Amino acid sequence: MTTAEKYVTAAYCVVFAGVLVYVVLIALKLQRLEREVGELERAAHKAAEDERETVEVG
Amino acid sequence: MRVVSRLSRVPLPALAVASLVLMTVALTLVFYVAPNDADQGFSQRIFYFHVSIAFTAYACFAAGAWKALRHLWKRDPGADLESYVAVHQGVIFGTLVLLTGSIWAKISWGHWWLWGEDELVLFLVLFLFYCAYFMLRFSVDPGPQRANFSAVYALFGVVLIPVSFLAIRIAKSFVHPEVFTLHGPNFGGWILVTYCVAQAALLLLAYTLYRVELTGKRLDARIRELRFA
Repeated sequence: MTTAEKYVTAAYCVVFAGVLVYVVLIALKLQRLEREVGELERAAHKAAEDERETVEVG
Repeated sequence: MRVVSRLSRVPLPALAVASLVLMTVALTLVFYVAPNDADQGFSQRIFYFHVSIAFTAYACFAAGAWKALRHLWKRDPGADLESYVAVHQGVIFGTLVLLTGSIWAKISWGHWWLWGEDELVLFLVLFLFYCAYFMLRFSVDPGPQRANFSAVYALFGVVLIPVSFLAIRIAKSFVHPEVFTLHGPNFGGWILVTYCVAQAALLLLAYTLYRVELTGKRLDARIRELRFA
């Protein structure tokens, strides 16, 4: 590999590494959002169950 | 504007596939079809992505300013978030411009960076200006005030784009190559075709990433609203 080829390869690798890091960060953020949606879902179910129990007792 | 409006209706998976296909075509053209430059030889191939990424960064900053204007002028709901995401994309592509430019400078001029070159320093100023956008944005509490401050700042920054672009033409040393003149590009044939495909691929990639990030940010905002409801 010539010096020019090494530098060109490095430049293109930098671009793809940059895009890859960005995609990984977005993926991590989406994972966090998925987890938060799950928590909200569980909280909503719990609230609905509590309400049902209150109605049954009442 | 109509193209952007039509693009906004294209589903995200289709955009992602189109970016991947266009990027593959661009790389094939760069490495297997485009001829070696008579002056710089193989190292000139950095040009296809370096210049395309630079124009993509300018486009992102301009889009951020346009959305900022929409926020201030029409009070478009969501324009502030769209402006923020566009500026964020611009900074990411700006980082890539600086990195690929440094590598190209090293092989062509023998230096990673030249402080005496106006166009390099002006691009760095533009880049740092937009980096400071995030400091301003996150130093103000979320709300209309933050949106207004950010919008005004993004609008001011757009003035630096023509200055940075024209610096290549007014630079006295002419070390940085001038590829676009008033009479058109300084190249033709497969070099021009490869450049155009690479430019289209990077613009589409930036738009796809913009849509992905925007979807995530909107989802985040809705979850926050639900949490505090």
